Amino acid sequence: MEKKNENKIAHLPYFGIPKLLPYLKPYAVMIIVMIFFGLAGTATDIVIPLFQKYAINNYIARSVTDGIAVFVLAYIAVILIQAVVNLISTYLCCKVELYVGRDMKQKSFEHLQTLSFSYFNRNNTGYVHARVMSDTDRIGTLVSWGLMDVVWNLSYVVGAIGTMLVINFKLGLLILIIVPIAIVISAFFQRKLVTFQRQIREENSKITSRFSEGITGAAAIKTLTIEDKMYREFCEQTGKMRRVSVKSAHFNSLFGSTLSFLAYTGLALVLWRGGIITAEGVMEIGTLSVFMTYALGIMSPVQFLVGTLTNLIGAQVNIERISSLMETESDVKDSPEVIRKYGDTFSPRREAWEMLRGDIEFRDVSFIYPDGEELVLDHFDLKIPAGTNVAIVGETGAGKSTLVNLVCRFFEPTEGQVLIDGRDARERSQLWLHSNIGYVLQTPHLFSGTIRDNLRYGNPTATDEEIMAALRTVSAEGIIERLPEGLDSEAGEGGANMSTGEKQLLSFARAILADPRILILDEATSSVDTETEKVIQDAINTVISGRTSFIIAHRLSTIVDADVILAVRGGKIVESGTNRELMKKGGYYSMLYRRQFEDEAFEKLER
Amino acid sequence: MAKKSKLSLIGRFMKGSVVLFILSMLSTLALSLIELINPQIIKVMIDSVIGDEPVDISSVGGIITNAVGGIPFLRENLWAIAVLIISLALVMGLFKYLSGVFNTAASERLTETTRNALFKKIESLPFSWHTANPTGDIIQRCTSDVETLKRFLSEQLTSVVSTVMLIILSLFFLSRIHIKITLIAALSIPFVVGFSFLFHRLISKGFAKCDENEGILSSVVQENLAGVRVVRAFGRESAEIEKFTKQNEIYTGTWVNLCKVLAGFWATNDIISCVQVMIVIVTGVYLCVEGEITAGGFIAAVSYNSMLTWPVRRLGRMISEMSKASIALGRLGYIMDSTSEADRNNAVKASAEGDIAFEHVSFSYDGKKKVLDDVSFTVKKGTTLGILGGTGSGKSTLVQLLCRLYDLSEDGGKITVSDVDIKELSANSLRNAIGIVLQEPFLFSRTIKENISIANDASTDDALMKASQIACLDRAVGEFANGYDTLVGERGVTLSGGQKQRVAIARILVRGTPVIIFDDSLSAVDAETDALIRSAIKKELGGITVIIISHRISSLMQADNIIVLDRGRLVESGTHAQLLESGGIYKRVFDLQHTDRSYEEVND
Repeated sequence: MEKKNENKIAHLPYFGIPKLLPYLKPYAVMIIVMIFFGLAGTATDIVIPLFQKYAINNYIARSVTDGIAVFVLAYIAVILIQAVVNLISTYLCCKVELYVGRDMKQKSFEHLQTLSFSYFNRNNTGYVHARVMSDTDRIGTLVSWGLMDVVWNLSYVVGAIGTMLVINFKLGLLILIIVPIAIVISAFFQRKLVTFQRQIREENSKITSRFSEGITGAAAIKTLTIEDKMYREFCEQTGKMRRVSVKSAHFNSLFGSTLSFLAYTGLALVLWRGGIITAEGVMEIGTLSVFMTYALGIMSPVQFLVGTLTNLIGAQVNIERISSLMETESDVKDSPEVIRKYGDTFSPRREAWEMLRGDIEFRDVSFIYPDGEELVLDHFDLKIPAGTNVAIVGETGAGKSTLVNLVCRFFEPTEGQVLIDGRDARERSQLWLHSNIGYVLQTPHLFSGTIRDNLRYGNPTATDEEIMAALRTVSAEGIIERLPEGLDSEAGEGGANMSTGEKQLLSFARAILADPRILILDEATSSVDTETEKVIQDAINTVISGRTSFIIAHRLSTIVDADVILAVRGGKIVESGTNRELMKKGGYYSMLYRRQFEDEAFEKLER
Repeated sequence: MAKKSKLSLIGRFMKGSVVLFILSMLSTLALSLIELINPQIIKVMIDSVIGDEPVDISSVGGIITNAVGGIPFLRENLWAIAVLIISLALVMGLFKYLSGVFNTAASERLTETTRNALFKKIESLPFSWHTANPTGDIIQRCTSDVETLKRFLSEQLTSVVSTVMLIILSLFFLSRIHIKITLIAALSIPFVVGFSFLFHRLISKGFAKCDENEGILSSVVQENLAGVRVVRAFGRESAEIEKFTKQNEIYTGTWVNLCKVLAGFWATNDIISCVQVMIVIVTGVYLCVEGEITAGGFIAAVSYNSMLTWPVRRLGRMISEMSKASIALGRLGYIMDSTSEADRNNAVKASAEGDIAFEHVSFSYDGKKKVLDDVSFTVKKGTTLGILGGTGSGKSTLVQLLCRLYDLSEDGGKITVSDVDIKELSANSLRNAIGIVLQEPFLFSRTIKENISIANDASTDDALMKASQIACLDRAVGEFANGYDTLVGERGVTLSGGQKQRVAIARILVRGTPVIIFDDSLSAVDAETDALIRSAIKKELGGITVIIISHRISSLMQADNIIVLDRGRLVESGTHAQLLESGGIYKRVFDLQHTDRSYEEVND
């Protein structure tokens, strides 16, 4: 399971960079230009101290100011070049960061639209959301600014050392011995820092989820009177966070101090050896001073490089997560032939679509859920002629949704076939099938936007008249009339501005408006009050006539008229038939039925 | 939020970290002071050791030179300078380390205190506050606003003293070299600070815009994921992608625009500071050539000037960050200044051993629409009350009032428990006596076992198993690989609605309260299990008072007394038989649920 791997350290070959290359490719030119200008920027950084050297050696040491105008002009020219070069490289870097992030978001979102339901059953919304929103951002930053930092800092260190060697080979060589020491020390600290960084991030996310628990669970916490307990646990968590952070700060500060000490060691070496040769007149004072600038300057790039490397290693997790999302293949896929004929989800060829009548047949179907082991359907056969009303009943968690999942092709049979209008469902595209299905959920889901947009979800061209007609069919026109802005009222995120009953009625109207050949009602009537339920029940009876429909219901009173009732127990279909047949049979269904309706059944339990 | 209350708030948050902050400031200050010594040494080195200028013995460089043995000694032993620099570097390293550690310790302590205070406050705020404030917004305040505040205090505030000191001392040392060069260097300060300040002001709007667009994009994703079934079943993937693409472009575009401004700022800043350095160099050259300053003085002046550049840039940024931090603090103040739940001064401990009575209770959430209107009834100790009501009939409000999630207004009648007005009771003791299984149960992200025992740490495994049996949970738990140690919630498995409700029921049973309320809490459980649970409770927990709210008649009809609520009014009451007799709403609902045509056919 994906979520269990979250805390594991990811070790990808070459830091996972090969996995990112496809996202960088479109911006290859941009990146090359960015690197080029980055290098040019470093060159100006190295050149600028040389002006100071020139000023000392040529003006101050000789007490003349000849040609200072040219000096100033050249100086200004370099400053302006630097500004322009940096402007270009930072702007390009920003762009690469944002475009790579944008493209990854786009690709992952599009990919999610094609993934099968088994993926969403395994991974919760919050987890997937974070992949699309934050991992992509982090990777974008890494490939742009991380690269830029490496370019800038590495080239500065190399350039500064090279310049020193050119100016005075011996003295340059002396400074060079500090570099391997710095590398060894950095490697040591770097490991520690990676570990701490990960720990801190983990503790921090725990604190955030505690906050969220404390807020969303307010009613539960108050009525259970566990405020103190929750507070104590919260304090423990924040204390842990502080201790890890401070521990990490010890290492981080020690690392910073060590590098700055090394830089000053370089300065000391310059003053000592350089002082001697300057006093001997071998080297000029200006040269000595520029050496001091470089010696002090090469350590902070080293620190930056270590920081970048730490970030790169920290980002392994993000790369790993996003690539595992992108590499997840849908369990349900249209074959190339089907796509050729009917188009795919994003470019359907509607002109090739056949009318769907609504005959459904399960032919010798065996089914095991992708993440399960048990055979849920075992050589199951069932013919559902168009217009049949199928009801599925059973206890909570008995697996009532399985058949519907197969009909909708949210899952495919492990063996056997599901036939739609006499042809294997796999011979037509998913979108074709889905365009003909209406679905009302147990927990109705509305999208933010106006009520009108929500109702038109399955039929974007519906007119207001058609919308109102659909609302009247389910006796929901009252909801709209009560709202001051009518169809233009905002539903709120997830339909937050509506009550559950209202949401249910609206989602029902939405399904009707799409005028589907197949209608699925997933425990749709379990959370409205009885009177509203009656209203809906009447509407259902009108709407299902002429359509193939599946009703998954808790309350058996709503489905007594169904053409076929399937009783599900322990994931398997144990009985099928009409209400009458099943009651006569006196099996599981009749027991469920009696339990629900007969007082005697309850009293029997009492004894 | 007033400035004064903001200050007192920051004082509260900084409790326990003040000393650490001071230590951090002091070590940063010490670090800066030592840094200022180096150019002095370099000056002496160049002018007097390499050159032959006399040393000004009153200067810092002069004092140090004499201390290590004077110019003649140094000329012979240049290594001594190296040793001197390295010893200073060691001390600097020490202070750098200390300032880093103290700074983190201080800011982390502050964050800890702040978060704890916020959490405690949030737990103590009345339920009405929780419903009035969107969750996402509160979490945002508790995470990113705390982060902003912490960043400001750790990155800006601790360095403010050393920054100002560094600027003043750099200027002071510069003035010892030459006043002209000092004035020229100082001239740029207001310019850079002002520019930097204005710029950061300007872009904070840009950042806010980016945040806003990120929020919109984020909710597009959120909705798509939450509604994945709907999206698929209606075949609307393309439309969803279109929506996402549009928002993704807007979001990216806003950032690219901001980047243009940022890149422009960085470049301009580079130009300003480089030109400033250049002017100082050229001025220095002229002063040198005129013999006003020495070569060593020139190099030292350039060093001091470069020490000015960063603190000055920083100052501008600090001022603008201050406004950000102040906004964040105000947003935290909104939480901290909200009024907590409070008991009356002489609140007594609840004893729920007696009857529960509602006397002429009326209630409104918004002061306009009455949710409950003159409702009166009594629940005798040890009996079961059933409440039947449709959507919006006010049945859940009854429960929320009883456990004081909302308080009744003065003229809203009264609710008594064992003949005591619940307003006289401490809310905590009242809730301790009444166990409520809420309509949409909230489970904590921990194991099933921990969830059940969360309100009663002392519960034994036996009690746990017993409760879980009564709640018909044991079978469902048996199906999980880790049984009762299965983690639920965000990081664990997702339970179905019915499983959640049963965990919540077991959790209440373990508490052993004398009163238990089921607020429509068997709605997601099928009728069969519903009956099993109710009969088990009846059998195992004989003497307790039970209130069952439902719109399923079969859940209610065994109750000793049943009341029917309709749009906030109590319209019927009596036993199942009496209510069927009287032929009101109850009878109608019963008939609807029990249209038993097919059963009659069977019995034909």
